[in-house]
Amino acid sequence: MNFDVTAIPTSIDMFHCILFASSLAFSVLYLSRANKVVSTVVEKPVEVIKEVEKIVEVEKPVEVIVEKVVEKIVEKTVEKIIEKPAVLKEASNDSALQLLALLQQESRFVDFAQEDLSGVADADIGAAARIVHSGSQKVLNSYFDLAPVRSEEEESRVTLAEGFNAAEVRLTGNVVGSAPFTGTLVHRGWKVTNVKLPKISVEHDTSIIAPAEVEL
Amino acid sequence: MSQYSVGIDLGTTHCVLSYTAIDGGSETLEVLPIPQLVSPGVVEEKTQLPSFVYQAHEAELAAGDNNLPWSQSDNSLSLVGTAARTLGSKTPIRLIASAKSWLGHAGVDRHSNLLPLNAPDEVNKISPVEASRRYLQHLLQAWNNKFPQARLQDQDVTLTVPASFDPAARDLTVDAARQIGLQHLTLLEEPQAALYSWIKNLGDNWRQQVSVGDVILVVDIGGGTTDLSLVAVTEEQGNLVLNRVAVGDHILLGGDNMDLALAYRLNAKLTQQGKPLQPWQILGVTQGCRDAKEALLSDPNLASVKIVVPSRGSKLIGGSLQVELLQEEVQQTLVEGFFPVCSATERPVEKPRSALTQMGLPYAQDAGVSRHIASFLGRQHAALSSPNPEVPGNEMLGADDASQSTESFVKPTAILFNGGVLKSNLLAERLISIINSWLTDANTDTAKWLQGADLDLAVASGAAYYGKLRHSDGVRIRGGIASSFYVGVESAMPAIPGMEPPVEALCVAPFGMEEGSSVELNGREFGLVVGQPVEFKFFGSNVRRDDSVGTLLDYWMPEELEALPAISITLPPEGREVGEIVAVTLAASVSELGTLKLEAIASDNQQRWQIEFDVR
Repeated sequence: MNFDVTAIPTSIDMFHCILFASSLAFSVLYLSRANKVVSTVVEKPVEVIKEVEKIVEVEKPVEVIVEKVVEKIVEKTVEKIIEKPAVLKEASNDSALQLLALLQQESRFVDFAQEDLSGVADADIGAAARIVHSGSQKVLNSYFDLAPVRSEEEESRVTLAEGFNAAEVRLTGNVVGSAPFTGTLVHRGWKVTNVKLPKISVEHDTSIIAPAEVEL
Repeated sequence: MSQYSVGIDLGTTHCVLSYTAIDGGSETLEVLPIPQLVSPGVVEEKTQLPSFVYQAHEAELAAGDNNLPWSQSDNSLSLVGTAARTLGSKTPIRLIASAKSWLGHAGVDRHSNLLPLNAPDEVNKISPVEASRRYLQHLLQAWNNKFPQARLQDQDVTLTVPASFDPAARDLTVDAARQIGLQHLTLLEEPQAALYSWIKNLGDNWRQQVSVGDVILVVDIGGGTTDLSLVAVTEEQGNLVLNRVAVGDHILLGGDNMDLALAYRLNAKLTQQGKPLQPWQILGVTQGCRDAKEALLSDPNLASVKIVVPSRGSKLIGGSLQVELLQEEVQQTLVEGFFPVCSATERPVEKPRSALTQMGLPYAQDAGVSRHIASFLGRQHAALSSPNPEVPGNEMLGADDASQSTESFVKPTAILFNGGVLKSNLLAERLISIINSWLTDANTDTAKWLQGADLDLAVASGAAYYGKLRHSDGVRIRGGIASSFYVGVESAMPAIPGMEPPVEALCVAPFGMEEGSSVELNGREFGLVVGQPVEFKFFGSNVRRDDSVGTLLDYWMPEELEALPAISITLPPEGREVGEIVAVTLAASVSELGTLKLEAIASDNQQRWQIEFDVR
């Protein structure tokens, strides 16, 4: 096969049509993804500051992350168009550990979950469940503002208008056709409208969710 | 120029800071979220700062565990706030609590490093004044962190104190505030602050709620203390005027006593069943009682609440202890125990204390709040049998009946509650009904319940509002000093071997002296030796309101005059010879910020020296 890189196609053939269409498609894809990625990545540093809020500033490393990710995407879109840019983010370990520590501290959540319940009387489990329940409730109330996603009664009929938020409502069962959808509200859903986790000192080792206790 | 009026409630168990802009139409009061350690290395914002200091052992804290938003490398081992309370609950020997009660306790040297009381020598001890300073310092840093452009040092700060604080305790509070650099400072009595908060919440409607001739009883039951005040409503040029006419004694009795009482009751119940509580379990039960109490008090139909004290180890099942707190027990312990139905003539029961308890805080021996209130109203009435026409509102307290029998009492026409305990409707209604039963027995109308205040934050909000009012012509509560003060003078009589010469009390500052006023005690000279400390006996009375300056008492009822810590003066030589005797007269003044000042004035050249309240 001959390659003449200087030749200009004289007519629009099928191959070029496909080439043009796919490059258009990919550039559109790239633009939309790039926007998305940038927006999620920008969210990430905000999250780091908001949720964990270490006392010492953590903005610098975050800025680096932003730059890197953007660069990567640019490279990737040029060279390997087929591979989609990574849009998964790593959840912060610190805030997960922090929540676990709070649940353990207030409700003995980890102690309870780690116990072997086989052969234990329901009454004893009930007593322990009270501790876990009242403590977890305290944690939820203190650090999260919770609200149901849908205000309607469960088991009632609801209609979802066109353009409803697919993240807020999950359709199940006979999912066909197009919005508006009418169906039964099985679960109201929960959403957190505000997170107020405590700040932790930079040196704080979040992996210790409950220190061992030694009485002198 | 100050931008904000800041109110600080420096409470026995919690501190709250409230603020409002001085200029501008905005009337909203904000409460400062206070970042504080909730456990080592973890900082959370809360509206209340628990008034606790924990003197940690160096092995207890890791690097950065004491980091606060405003201090990165604070290697201090002192923790303040929630973390201090939490750590201290397991290691009480390192916990400083109730510093404010110590500040008001005349029996100890309040500048000496005595807290935590009876702690091992290696624990770093601090004075009650220093503890108060630390709470204020924390609030200051939290404020300056949030408002770096409007430092707290430059704002108008109103600091609240119990109405029953003696001049020395007020001075010490001012001391602590001065040490952190607060410049524009005013003191305000807590019950008055609660009343200001109520006025603020009602807006102009408060004038419809009270009218001329009303006597408002303010009952403030906080975490550690109970404070009582009477405010009379009078009229001046067609405007309503509020006059604080009486304050009660310092009663160390509050919500914490109630939680403890319940915990000990449950302990007694379990001991009977052969399962006495371990000390660490009592702590858990006390915490459980606090929540269970609220649930039971808010719903009288609830028969019981289960309290579970988790095991200490990681085995949650089997090791946990479960007890039930019955509605009936709450009723008996709290309602009957702290708010007993009594007649207006009943008085708190006092048993002689054993000598060994002297060093601790003088906690109220009788837990019956209603009896303390009866005692307050009765004593104030007896004191007002011959009203002093110069003190406005005075005549209203005693004028209702001609027969000045011991059974009569001041009859309030309105009642305002404050403090976390009275957030419980059941307890508040109970107290109202007891007071109203006295009024009905005395054939007078029942008192009106003034509602509409947030009982937790009212003192701080009221103080901030008061600071703002000082810049405008808004309503003010007039009061002046809450007691009259006397110095002890040895009476001139022939010496009798084995007997101290009797002491007479000379009034130096009359009841109700207003801020910015001063009186001089002319016609009575004292000889002071230059260079040598001279001590005076010092007395206060919150019932003898008619004594004017210069009144000499050679006899008084024991409950009329309270002996306060001795006051002292040392004349510096300054141009005089050591050992020379200088003739002086005494003068008293009340500063704009609300503290009393006593001075000795040389008769020959009018030189002035200040007399110190807190000596030792």
